[in-house]
Amino acid sequence: MNRALSLTSREYIAVYQFGWPASVAIPLLAIFVQVFASRWFSIIKIFDLPLLVTIFFAVSRRRPIPGLFTGAAIGTLQDVFSSSFIGLNGIANTIIGYLASSLGVRIDVDNPGSRFLMTFAFCVIHRVLYMVIDRGLVGANEPWYWGHTLLSALANALAAVVLFTALDKFKIRP
Amino acid sequence: MEDFFARYKNPLVLMAVLVIQVIVLATQVKRTDPSRASSGAPRLIRVWTVTAFAPLERTLVSTGHFLSRTWRSYIDLHDVRRQNRELEEQLDRMRLDEVRLKNDAEQSQRLQVLLDFKERFVGQTVAAQVIATSGSDLSRVFTIDKGSRAGVRQDMAVITPDGVVGKVKEVSPLSSQVLMINDRESGAGVILENSRLQGVLHGAGMGELRVADILSDEKVDIGERVITSGGDRVFPKGLPVGSVTSVGPDPDGSPFLSISLKPASNLNRLEEVLVVTKIAEEAAPVTAANQPPHRAADVLAQRLPSVPKKPEATASPNISPAPETSAATTAAGEKPATPQENAGPSQNPPQQVEDVDPAKKKAAAVALKTGDGEAQPSPLAKKPATPVKNAAPSQNPGQRVEGVDPAKKKAAAVALKTGDVQPQPSPPLAKKPATAGKNAAPSQHPDQQVEGADPAKRKPATAVKTGGARAQPSPPPGVPTPRRPSTPDQGTEKPPL
Repeated sequence: MNRALSLTSREYIAVYQFGWPASVAIPLLAIFVQVFASRWFSIIKIFDLPLLVTIFFAVSRRRPIPGLFTGAAIGTLQDVFSSSFIGLNGIANTIIGYLASSLGVRIDVDNPGSRFLMTFAFCVIHRVLYMVIDRGLVGANEPWYWGHTLLSALANALAAVVLFTALDKFKIRP
Repeated sequence: MEDFFARYKNPLVLMAVLVIQVIVLATQVKRTDPSRASSGAPRLIRVWTVTAFAPLERTLVSTGHFLSRTWRSYIDLHDVRRQNRELEEQLDRMRLDEVRLKNDAEQSQRLQVLLDFKERFVGQTVAAQVIATSGSDLSRVFTIDKGSRAGVRQDMAVITPDGVVGKVKEVSPLSSQVLMINDRESGAGVILENSRLQGVLHGAGMGELRVADILSDEKVDIGERVITSGGDRVFPKGLPVGSVTSVGPDPDGSPFLSISLKPASNLNRLEEVLVVTKIAEEAAPVTAANQPPHRAADVLAQRLPSVPKKPEATASPNISPAPETSAATTAAGEKPATPQENAGPSQNPPQQVEDVDPAKKKAAAVALKTGDGEAQPSPLAKKPATPVKNAAPSQNPGQRVEGVDPAKKKAAAVALKTGDVQPQPSPPLAKKPATAGKNAAPSQHPDQQVEGADPAKRKPATAVKTGGARAQPSPPPGVPTPRRPSTPDQGTEKPPL
């Protein structure tokens, strides 16, 4: 069993693995729900389920390289279904996956509170990254909505507490 | 160097992935043409991804639609069931309303017919509902919901717009029992409408209607209508009784016909009836006005083809139609105006009445007032001073019959005895008037020549009821008969044999 020393609790934290079915199905399902369910339930648009899944897999595996690849794959796939350029969410999710996995090594992310704060922070960072890439690389002139960003981050943080608890069922101790 | 990669493995991989993605992004951004922005590799990625997801999407969408439709269908079905129940309840209510309205409409029509009928035939009636029957085929009676408190009395006629139903047999304060005309105990005086033959109506065993006392040598047509004669003092005159369905010899071997009738009223389905509490004296003229005039001369002309009927336009100006004033004068016992000599046959042939009773005068006056006695030579009339000379002979062959058939005598006697028929003697009983002048036109009415039937001994009231006292002289052959459309009941006279 791989263990890492937590910076917050000074305890060894477990490093989990996921089976291939879960590793493939959960991101696809998240993308699918985000893409298709939002047709009928517009409230889903305020959430970013692929980002939450990216964070969950990253912090659970606690390995940066799988985390960034997970983020890259999920972000790219999310871009495919969007009308934006492919790579916007890919780059942002890659960075988020990398950061989340790096952070998961350092802190205890099994706590709901830390999950909430972590997710809130990553959502804001993801949004910042997205806007930077969109403005810096693509040259778009999208307005910045702080209120929407914070509200979305708050909603995703709350959803992450519930979602991560549900996804903990798929964790496999190596 | 290896330590560098080993130490910064993660950041290097991150940088590599980011660079690749930035290149891909830059490749897309480089294309300025928005229409080509999605072409190339990114487009392929999109196409492949969407194609890969499409079946799942379709499956899920179809499933969603199926569930949605199923759910909506269930909801709709639920509503449809509820709506169906409501509609069925509404339909039941509407059916009940329809039946109620239909019954009301039918009852309204029946009552309207009753009202029209009442206005035509009778003076005062009491409408009654049939509330019970005897429940037996042997007793043709039913009970109505009106009794003595409503003015119903015994022996009052009970009718419907279709015809005669019966007469009141028993009266209680709140109900009455009506004896139907097809009961064996029932009887009524009737007249065959076309042939003017009189008979007595009575019921048979199984509810049939029979007309008796019509001699077997009379010609009775199938389908001929039979109406009341009014001589029974129960039924108003002229009410439909039925129509002849069969005519045959009497099975008992009597010289009378056995005539079966189909009742005009549906005696088996009586709902509302009218009890005639007062017979309108003015009803008869109205009835006659509504019916085609049947004059004795017309009937005779039909039965005797040798007597052609000429149009009125060719009527001789010498014909002196019997005016009502003349009849009234005659009825009053005064000497009628002297007919002109060599004139056409007077419709008021000379009458010879020896006794002029004031009571009979009054009765005759009533008869004239009712219209029944219009232009009829009253038995109370005095013999005109001057008989008509060179007048045309009578068309009535019966008036010249010297010999009297005993059977017909019997029939006439029976008719008189029953009182259901008009107290007019049968034509065979008539004799040529002794006072008739030579070649004078004898009266067509047998009353005027009845020997032994003293007019003074007759019941004036019967004459009023039946109108049988009228007599219209027949014009001679070849002389057109002037019609008087307003003449009431001129067809009720029994034609000569």
